[in-house]
Amino acid sequence: MNPNLNLWLIPILPLAGAAINGFMGKRSSRRAVTTVALFFSGAAFAMALLVALRFSSLSLPYQEFFAHWIRSGSFSADFAFYLDQLSLIMLLVVTGVGFLIHVYSVGYMWDDPSYYRFFSYLNLFMFFMLTLVLAGNYLLMFIGWEGVGLASYLLIGFWFTKDSAASAGKKAFIVNRIGDFGFLIALFLLIEHFGSLNFDQVFGSVMPLSAETAGAGLLTTIGILLMVGACGKSAQIPLYIWLPDAMEGPTPVSALIHAATMVTAGVYMVSRSHVIFERAPIALTVVAIIGTLTAFFAATIGIAQTDIKKVLAYSTVSQLGYMFMACGVGAFSAGIFHLMTHAFFKGLLFLAAGSVIHAVGGEQDMRKMGGLREKIPWTFWTMTAGTLAIAGIPGLAGFFSKDEILWRAYQASWAYWLVGVVTAFITSFYMFRLWFMTFFGKYRGEDVAHSQGGNSAHDAHGAHGHGGIHESPRVMVIPLVILAVLSVVGGYVGVPGSLGGNNRFDKFLGPVFHGSAPASGQHSGMGEKGAPEQETEGPEPKTAASTELTFTAISVFAALLGLGLAWLLYYKRPELPRKVADSLDGFYEAVVHKYYIDELYAAVFVKPLIDGSTRILWQGVDRNIIDAAVNDAGDGAKHISDRARHMQSGNIRSYAGWVAAGSAVVIAFMIWMGVR
Amino acid sequence: MGGGGLGGSDRIHDLDGSAMNTDGFSSIILSLVTFAPLAGGVLLMFFPRRDRDIRIFALVISLLTFVLSLHLPVHFQRSQTDFQYEIDRQWVSTPNIHYHMGVDGISLWLVVLTTFLTPLCVLISWTSIHERVKEFFILLLILETALIGVFTSLDLFLFYFFWEATLIPMALLIGIFGHERKVYAAVKFFMYTMIASVFMLAAILWLYAHTGSFDFVVIRDQIMRGAIPQFPAAAQWLFLGFFLAFAVKIPLFPFHTWLPDAHVEAPTAGSVLLAGVLLKMGTYGLLRFNLGLFPEQARHNAWWVITLALIGIIYGALVAMVQPNMKKLIAYSSVSHLGFVVLGIFSFTQAGLNGAMFVMLAHGISTGGLFMLAGLLHERRHTYEISEFGGLASPMPVYASSFLIILLASAGLPLLNGFIGEFLVLSGSFQAKAVYGILAATGVIWSAAYLLWMYQRVFYGKVTHSANNSLSDLTAFEKIAIWPCAAAAVVMGVAPIVWLGAIDPAVQAALTPFTRVASKMVGQ
Repeated sequence: MNPNLNLWLIPILPLAGAAINGFMGKRSSRRAVTTVALFFSGAAFAMALLVALRFSSLSLPYQEFFAHWIRSGSFSADFAFYLDQLSLIMLLVVTGVGFLIHVYSVGYMWDDPSYYRFFSYLNLFMFFMLTLVLAGNYLLMFIGWEGVGLASYLLIGFWFTKDSAASAGKKAFIVNRIGDFGFLIALFLLIEHFGSLNFDQVFGSVMPLSAETAGAGLLTTIGILLMVGACGKSAQIPLYIWLPDAMEGPTPVSALIHAATMVTAGVYMVSRSHVIFERAPIALTVVAIIGTLTAFFAATIGIAQTDIKKVLAYSTVSQLGYMFMACGVGAFSAGIFHLMTHAFFKGLLFLAAGSVIHAVGGEQDMRKMGGLREKIPWTFWTMTAGTLAIAGIPGLAGFFSKDEILWRAYQASWAYWLVGVVTAFITSFYMFRLWFMTFFGKYRGEDVAHSQGGNSAHDAHGAHGHGGIHESPRVMVIPLVILAVLSVVGGYVGVPGSLGGNNRFDKFLGPVFHGSAPASGQHSGMGEKGAPEQETEGPEPKTAASTELTFTAISVFAALLGLGLAWLLYYKRPELPRKVADSLDGFYEAVVHKYYIDELYAAVFVKPLIDGSTRILWQGVDRNIIDAAVNDAGDGAKHISDRARHMQSGNIRSYAGWVAAGSAVVIAFMIWMGVR
Repeated sequence: MGGGGLGGSDRIHDLDGSAMNTDGFSSIILSLVTFAPLAGGVLLMFFPRRDRDIRIFALVISLLTFVLSLHLPVHFQRSQTDFQYEIDRQWVSTPNIHYHMGVDGISLWLVVLTTFLTPLCVLISWTSIHERVKEFFILLLILETALIGVFTSLDLFLFYFFWEATLIPMALLIGIFGHERKVYAAVKFFMYTMIASVFMLAAILWLYAHTGSFDFVVIRDQIMRGAIPQFPAAAQWLFLGFFLAFAVKIPLFPFHTWLPDAHVEAPTAGSVLLAGVLLKMGTYGLLRFNLGLFPEQARHNAWWVITLALIGIIYGALVAMVQPNMKKLIAYSSVSHLGFVVLGIFSFTQAGLNGAMFVMLAHGISTGGLFMLAGLLHERRHTYEISEFGGLASPMPVYASSFLIILLASAGLPLLNGFIGEFLVLSGSFQAKAVYGILAATGVIWSAAYLLWMYQRVFYGKVTHSANNSLSDLTAFEKIAIWPCAAAAVVMGVAPIVWLGAIDPAVQAALTPFTRVASKMVGQ
């Protein structure tokens, strides 16, 4: 049998770190806080590596029961863990990138007065995130799911004296709860029909069912509801609005939670539920359409943002869209592949952006940057690696994973592919725009020698008491370099067959995703086009390989086109963007204002809800109808209340008398009745 | 007519050996727990007016009661669904009133909840009550006895006696120790619930007149056996009689308007026991009597009861959201939470009832905790207006964190106690009818909205009122009062199995008449 891996320790370790720093951090030195935070997150990483080392000797999926949690009638949900190839990848990404970002944060947050609080929250996040990916049932996953939301809330609002930060945290939590509403209903359906939330039981029961090709049924409903949950957590249309605001949090948080790990939880959850989705083609189509639309829509907003973190935020929304596009066409392993490479390069981009912000004293507006490449060379070169990776320049991590998705998307429908390629072009454009605006041209900001320090209104503290634009300390640079290396080489684990590789990544995930599709009919994800059977994502026919190469060439061209356009507009002719913007006038304004979606939601949902609750429900129904009726009914109430004023004198004895008298009457009545 | 009652105690004597060993103690433990506070209160009457001694004595008594009450869950036979620790003695022969007490998995934890919260109430009133200290603690202890009595009584007369007995100390606590409009609130509270209780009294008297007994077990047996010929004609009215008393107490929409006023004016300890325990008398009553005695009527009336519960869940939350007063906000949130309880009970599903029980306990802890925290703020600033605060997390970080934990418990965050009950209720009501579960599940959105919005306005941002700059954080003493609530919220969320282990079999037993009713209906 399987050896005991003690998986439960992996989430518990960071929880211990969070508790120690949370309770004792305030009285501890920064060094002690650092030691605790790094030790416990590092220990989780070490354990994950150990698990990976022993992985080949396990019979999968490995399951571990830790303790009972909820028992109600025949229903039960336990603290039970589940490990297969999918959770191993998530485990390594979360602990690995998580640990690196912990290290980076030591430098980034060093001057913050609430240093201990930051690391306590960060470790708490790790606990919940690891619970999420290791959970053996949906309810335990839901603990992690809501818990990372809590950590996110706390960390977005970390600088809570800033109203915008506090509001952003609250918004994130509430919007996520809207998604969780869908998730919960899906769970109730699972309980009702399968009597369990354990993965093995649910999937075991679903596996023999045939695909709901004829129309929407139970599995379709469950799938769509799960996707509602994923839309909240992974910031997809229509619930993406919280993620850009979440940039109020410290930059390492944006890197860890709002780029590399938490926001990908939706992708993980959908992939985990692939057995359900594969039997619900309509739900899959919904996933694909939402993903595709979000990828494109968010990318267009990214073009016009001037805040360096906001660009990256919309970029994250967009890249998550790609992952859902992949899931939606049934290419779950491609989605997870992109999830991993995205964790590398987007984590890197955020950390590098943090390093830039750090260098220029807290400034986030790219219009006030420029020419930084020589002043902060490490940051520049690492960020270059990240930019090339996300833009899809051949040979880097993002290229392989995005290419895989686009190819699989094409097989489902050319429409997904087309939107995907256009988005790839936009992605390349806004990323190189960011790159040129930040690192090239002339420095357009103010002297940062006397920037505010400490807990300033800006993200990050300003100077460390030394003036000028400066490179970040080594503790921040080293994680950048490691992530840059991963962003460059991380894609080689999944080189597709057409490019001479054998897609080891896909093969590794094979046991999870392959062979689970319904026996009848074709791969449900193929949608209306009914593309050729692609049951396994392994070696493909030669004809397909040459077609695939053509498509690869097209997407490379799109990426280079974006680079070229950015070069023209933001390097060669920097006066042009203004003119272009002016010529587009209203449309440009709309893009800058993110299509006024926030305003729309406020006008359509928030304001009516608050006004209606105040005027109609509270003052209307509660006061003017119910309470008025009560008061009218007892017109004597006022009378009585005047008399009752005697109570104030506190004459308890007289009240005791009242009670005695009342009781006597009642008892007398009883006796009378009994006698009768 | 004592035959049934004696039969009940015979059953207890037949328990296995372990129960036999503690048999003597087993039959008096409930009386001890119930009357220990009252005894303490009586002793307090003879105390000299040295406030410090009075406080310490009240604390000792309430702690002692708590420790005593722990005997109940520790030695509780979980698989056993009959009443335990039963005592049944003839009290008055004409009318036939028995001193009949006992607990099952449903009432067990409500007793412990009461004894858990009372010492915390003593602590929280330590400095905030500085006038008429003696009266205050006497009333508090009397109230505790009355509350425990409600949950332990198995004789309807005894039950009604305790039920009404809670009113007086509570009304006096509000009326004497409350804030500005205390008399109005006290009278409103008293009249509202008193009038509603009369209907229950009438129903109880009807049952007595036709069965010759006040004994719950006897009456239930007679009803189930169909031994009362007039019962079918009267059942609906009896159901409504009990229901009305309970609905007002819960309070179920639209009988809830006394609650915000009572809370806002009540002293902190009053609010804690009011929200924490008193409201549960209503939901407990629904479960014990409306379901226990009138299962068929419960089924017939379920649709509109559930409708009211659903309205309460959503309406309570929306109105809570726009309250400018912190205590009113928490009060309306109680309307919403108790709506979950009623929904769970009338879903007639295992999950729904388990969840309802768990929400009762969790709400007692979390809302009790929130009222304590609000009270501490009132002590410092003499206001509950949310707009008077802002940015408090800076001067009061420990207070802010404690508040957040309890608030998240109330918002139903997993691993905290609010989630367990809410999840089970939603799951159960969804099984009963999908639309119930779906509508109620919107509650997870509303609760996050009103609680986090309030939290932001009170704790985040910059300190806008200079008076708030110098507010002191939790004192060591206050931590002792608050942290047990936070700890309980965590423990109940992580290990709900401890509580559910006793609740689940009791709920299953409570549901047997429903499976019977269902099969009968199918048979027709």
